[in-house]
Amino acid sequence: MDFSNESRVLHRCSAQVLDIGNLLLLSLWHLVHSIISICNFTLDIANVLESYLISSGLLGRYKSLHIAKLRYLAIVIESEEAYQTSKIIELLQWLEAVGVKHVCLYDKEGILKKSKDFILENLDGAIWFQVLSYWQPSIYAMQDAHENNVLLDQQHMTLEFVSFSDGKEAVAKAANVLFMKYSKSGVTDQNQKEKIFTESQMSEALKTVGSGGPEPDLLLVYGPARCHLGFPAWRIKYTEIVHMGPLKSMNYGSLIKAIYKFTMVRQNYGK
Amino acid sequence: MFREDIIIHIFSGWRSFLRKCLFRVLRVGPIPSHIAVIMDGNRRYAKKKKIDDTTGYDAGALALLHLIIYCMELGVKYVTAYAFSIDNFRRQPEEVQKIMDLTMESVMLLTWISKLRSVRVHFAGNLQLLSAEIQDAAKRLMESTAGYNNFVLTICICYTSSDEILHAVKKSCKEKWDDGIGIMGYDKGSDYELLIKVVDIEKHMYTAIAPDPDILIRTGGEYRLSNFLVWQSSGCHLSSLGTVWPEFGVFHLVWVVLDFQQNYHYFAKKKLQL
Repeated sequence: MDFSNESRVLHRCSAQVLDIGNLLLLSLWHLVHSIISICNFTLDIANVLESYLISSGLLGRYKSLHIAKLRYLAIVIESEEAYQTSKIIELLQWLEAVGVKHVCLYDKEGILKKSKDFILENLDGAIWFQVLSYWQPSIYAMQDAHENNVLLDQQHMTLEFVSFSDGKEAVAKAANVLFMKYSKSGVTDQNQKEKIFTESQMSEALKTVGSGGPEPDLLLVYGPARCHLGFPAWRIKYTEIVHMGPLKSMNYGSLIKAIYKFTMVRQNYGK
Repeated sequence: MFREDIIIHIFSGWRSFLRKCLFRVLRVGPIPSHIAVIMDGNRRYAKKKKIDDTTGYDAGALALLHLIIYCMELGVKYVTAYAFSIDNFRRQPEEVQKIMDLTMESVMLLTWISKLRSVRVHFAGNLQLLSAEIQDAAKRLMESTAGYNNFVLTICICYTSSDEILHAVKKSCKEKWDDGIGIMGYDKGSDYELLIKVVDIEKHMYTAIAPDPDILIRTGGEYRLSNFLVWQSSGCHLSSLGTVWPEFGVFHLVWVVLDFQQNYHYFAKKKLQL
């Protein structure tokens, strides 16, 4: 009996020690995260101050941007914030003022696609850049010409609207296009079969299914965290991805800083 | 035996004890299941330290070894490392050969580690671009560790995402063809049957043995994915660190995990949606 009482007391003591230990660990964890939050808050204030200085033109190096280097810009917006069309229009107006001509707007759920007409109406002279899906060979040349004409146009801003369905699902559709070619190539002709699965064939197949836009040079993410949220994978292989913070706190200075930093980047492409 | 001494040293001593205490605190919060890394900055490290590139790559391999051990202690189950891109074949032949020699040495070391800690090792990429010797060694290692599931290490070698996607599409097409499914009476237009679906492509990816990464770390201060896991990183926290890869240490890992924990609810919600 004494032995079982002793073991019960021992068990209770060890449980209490464990509880105290867990409480200590939890406190330490919260303490570390509080310190991180304070550091992030301090950094945010510093960024806001820097953005103000950039916007007011006091920081000389941001005054001249080599904007020609930024041929195609993509913007990823968290779908919950994509309803803020007035903010998006303001952002696009800033980009237009800076000299950015070709922009791709992405949100996962396609909210921006639904707001397309409203956005285009409120942006003077902007053109909708649409990659048409086409099946007849005669349309290939027309689409290429349309794409070249739109992208070479330096007078008007072009806007492309993209969502999650233009990513993995589009690759699956493109795979079916390639399967069609594979099926028709003839069983014995292995060389012909191998030539079907190349990057250029995949790019053509994506254009065929209406998801073959250009690869952006820079992708700006407006949301709580740095994540591309399913932007078409085939198009962001070498794209610079920069996190801008939530759309509600967007500011002109941060935008200029992101574009400036992009223009200073030099890629080796593996070399 | 030099590197094996290093491994034994990492696992023991007061530094190991302190590290385990630190990780115990971290484990109060959510721990990522899968961490991927782009190990950028080996040559810049070599230039900074005024050593040759081979020694820089060696330092990078050692940093990866440390990361593997730290992740095992932390409770991360999958680690994927971008060791060599298909694009890297554009480098000078001597440099490519040095990297290949280091790869062979690393395969030997991983063989030893995998037995020590039941680590499954997987090589993801177009392995046919490797020499026969490295291919054989890699295949033997993959076969001998296929039964382990305690910890999974994927080394992406001769890899790019575009090659991975194309390879998966090709395998999907061949699979459908071999199943006797052709496209007879194919109707050109929007109302066609989607014979190949996203799930078919995903099961044929080189990296299909691991789930999508929770965190993708790039060292060297760059902000691009360089054709690495672009398909798998839809709901992934992208972390860019200014430090060069050979200098990546336990505190960098802790920082990245803390950052992940700060945004955990957001990423958990995204994963469910995606």
